[in-house]
Amino acid sequence: MTHARARTGRDPRFVFPRLARSVATCVLVALPALAAGADALETRLATCLACHGEKGQSATPEVPSLGGQPAFYLTVQLLMFRDRLRVVELMNKMMAGFSDGDLQNMAKFIAQLPPPQPAGGSLDSDRMERGQTLAAQNRCNFCHQADYSGGQNVPRLAGQREDYLVKTLREYKYETRRGYDASMADVLYSVSDEQLPDLAYFLARFR
Amino acid sequence: MKTRLSNILQSYACLGAVSALFAVPPVLAQQTADQPAEASKPMPTLQPVPTTVPGRPDVPNAEVAKRLTNVAPHPFGLPEDQLPVPKLKVPKGFKIEVYASGIPNARSLRLGDKGTVFVSNRLLDKVYAIVEKNGKREVKVIASGMDRPNGLAFHKGTLYIAEGTRISKLENIEDNLDNPGKPVVIYSDFMNTQSHGWKFMGLGPDNMLYVNVGSPCNICEPPSGTGQLRRISLDGKTAEPVVRGVRNSVGFDWHPVTKELWFTDNGRDWLSEDLPEDELNRVTQHGQHFGFPYCHNGTFTDREVGWGRTCEEFEKPAALLGPHSAALGMRFYTGKMFPAQYRNAIFVARHGSWNRTKKIGGDIIVVHLNKDSTVKSQEPFLTGFLRDNAYIGRPVDVLVMKDGSLLVSDDHAGAVYRVTYGGDKVAKR
Repeated sequence: MTHARARTGRDPRFVFPRLARSVATCVLVALPALAAGADALETRLATCLACHGEKGQSATPEVPSLGGQPAFYLTVQLLMFRDRLRVVELMNKMMAGFSDGDLQNMAKFIAQLPPPQPAGGSLDSDRMERGQTLAAQNRCNFCHQADYSGGQNVPRLAGQREDYLVKTLREYKYETRRGYDASMADVLYSVSDEQLPDLAYFLARFR
Repeated sequence: MKTRLSNILQSYACLGAVSALFAVPPVLAQQTADQPAEASKPMPTLQPVPTTVPGRPDVPNAEVAKRLTNVAPHPFGLPEDQLPVPKLKVPKGFKIEVYASGIPNARSLRLGDKGTVFVSNRLLDKVYAIVEKNGKREVKVIASGMDRPNGLAFHKGTLYIAEGTRISKLENIEDNLDNPGKPVVIYSDFMNTQSHGWKFMGLGPDNMLYVNVGSPCNICEPPSGTGQLRRISLDGKTAEPVVRGVRNSVGFDWHPVTKELWFTDNGRDWLSEDLPEDELNRVTQHGQHFGFPYCHNGTFTDREVGWGRTCEEFEKPAALLGPHSAALGMRFYTGKMFPAQYRNAIFVARHGSWNRTKKIGGDIIVVHLNKDSTVKSQEPFLTGFLRDNAYIGRPVDVLVMKDGSLLVSDDHAGAVYRVTYGGDKVAKR
């Protein structure tokens, strides 16, 4: 019954060898836990956090930090992975077989992890300003809130991994990632590809 | 320096949403304020926020912005005892009850020849069938793993399903609800767009499948082949646009007497609280253009893409249905259960606004027509979904049953309701 989803594949940048390598590494670390007790929620969570970061902050390239994400958003994403509405093979496998209640419990737990720290290092103030202007122009702060902490089905952006933000913005823009609704595809229609890295730079460092 | 900075910030206090941004990264603010001012024009050193990009709003303050966030439905649907039915209101003599629950994101409704009610999804992946057996109602999943299967049509035993990029069919579906097989694709010439990419579908009096191909944006020049209603033969082999200048229609039906096509259309966002309104449109000629993106409501040109155009070029709406109200499903009432005044009137489901600080819609309205098919009046029919500027349910589609009762789908609570009139079901008030 499962249909292969139509994908335009308009942009070759969606092949991410780097992502594949980094995830492979952390999954190798996590896999024994998964195999040991596939049914226990805590065990599965340990597996999740091996890649996503135990304290809400991911150290894995292109894998998002989950700390401080709204429980509703997390529930929806877990559901979309389970039901293959969002196709990321590893995540689809990880979520297979969970009940609706399990998803909600996992989301509740993950939502309580502390929000990630903003990206460190020296600030490129020109880039910050460009990103800030773009965020203001496109009214990102309406749904994602003035402090970019998100809410309900809208994810937290403040302090998210920069590489994950760039990847995700591109996926939404080129419609290779499906949202729960079409809001992000609507918004990114008028944002150019060249602008996305500045936007991500700003959000990853927002404090 | 601090005082000067705060003065500057104060002078931009009206740009509330943005001053919050300025205030937060201190490194940035400090650096901007440190720049030496030119002697000839000492102020301001902070630039006002650039004008908005097309289709994005002007700057309201941060408090206002909070009330303009999108509304997402429950991903699982509510249990029957938590459905909002006790809070819903219908006119005197009518009654509303739960028809079926546990259908997350319940969207379009279609009736099979043998009485099966089909229910679609937009955000999720399933199509459901509601069947009555020995007086008991049962909900079955008949298709899953689909891509926004919002559109449904039924013809001679076959259920047609419109997904984001294709139309498929399940033959003899009512005889095979427990083993429906895999849908067979009959047509797939659609652009893949998330934005307004889901379809509404209906079977025309000409036995063609009519489907909306939405404009893939809030406001833009729609790419070729979008922003239209298209009709497609049942074998999927021929297709042509029948209506143009459509932003995104998620409901249409044919007048039971004149056989003319009527459709709802959702107006653009981010123009203002009160403009434009969603439209009810009547198609009197093949190929008519209803104005999007150049003209809204038949009365004013778009502030971004309407330059050089005039509303005289386009068809005018038959009725305006409220700003941002999200008028979706609509059906002519062809049943006999309701009083005579409802005969051939149009029930319209208004999903309810999100792009408005004071929400409107979240109801079923009834539009009465004159004999010449002009609109006589519109009035509320089923209300109560909108409470304290928030939704306890959101109606999507309506369906007239053979006994004349009216079904209403709710994609927020994940349920289908049934409205009846008279007999022993008259509500005692």
